[in-house]
Amino acid sequence: MAGMVHPEDIKQMIERGMPDARVSVSGDGHHFEAEIVSNEFAGKGLVQRHQIVYRTLGNKMGNEIHALSLRTLTPEEQE
Amino acid sequence: MSAQDRIKQQVTGAKIVLYMKGTPQAPQCGFSAKATQLLSSCGAKFASYDVLADAEIRQGVKEYANWPTIPQLYINGEFIGGCDIMIELYQKGELQKMVAKAMEQ
Repeated sequence: MAGMVHPEDIKQMIERGMPDARVSVSGDGHHFEAEIVSNEFAGKGLVQRHQIVYRTLGNKMGNEIHALSLRTLTPEEQE
Repeated sequence: MSAQDRIKQQVTGAKIVLYMKGTPQAPQCGFSAKATQLLSSCGAKFASYDVLADAEIRQGVKEYANWPTIPQLYINGEFIGGCDIMIELYQKGELQKMVAKAMEQ
């Protein structure tokens, strides 16, 4: 299907916007789940963390990407 | 009145405000349904606005909070988060506290 978003596309966009991040994304083309581990999240609340990730996706978020569940962690939190 | 002014008035017009797709009785999206359910589990009384019924608000609320998706929860005029954050706060027991505190005031 034209214009369909793949999990790999989302992974690449996030990685481009957050060079230090470790990113994994799964999903069915409409609903996605992503786990992002980055030092950029340190000292930030959940809203700011999600905004950082949303920014990397530009206007795709809320349009082509209907729903993206996010887990945002710092490397320390992941351990 | 601009959309941003209308939203400001809405989010400060009730202690707990949810922007959603559909209504609490008939949510039109699974995430809005989940958000409604979480608030109900917390015993929250909340005002809700159906963004599907108002295109200006639907777009405006994304800009207001710099947040691209619906649902959006506001407590005492402050943006709290979308569905994921509500779930995370609920699992930590924090959403319950925030709701209880807002309703006490």
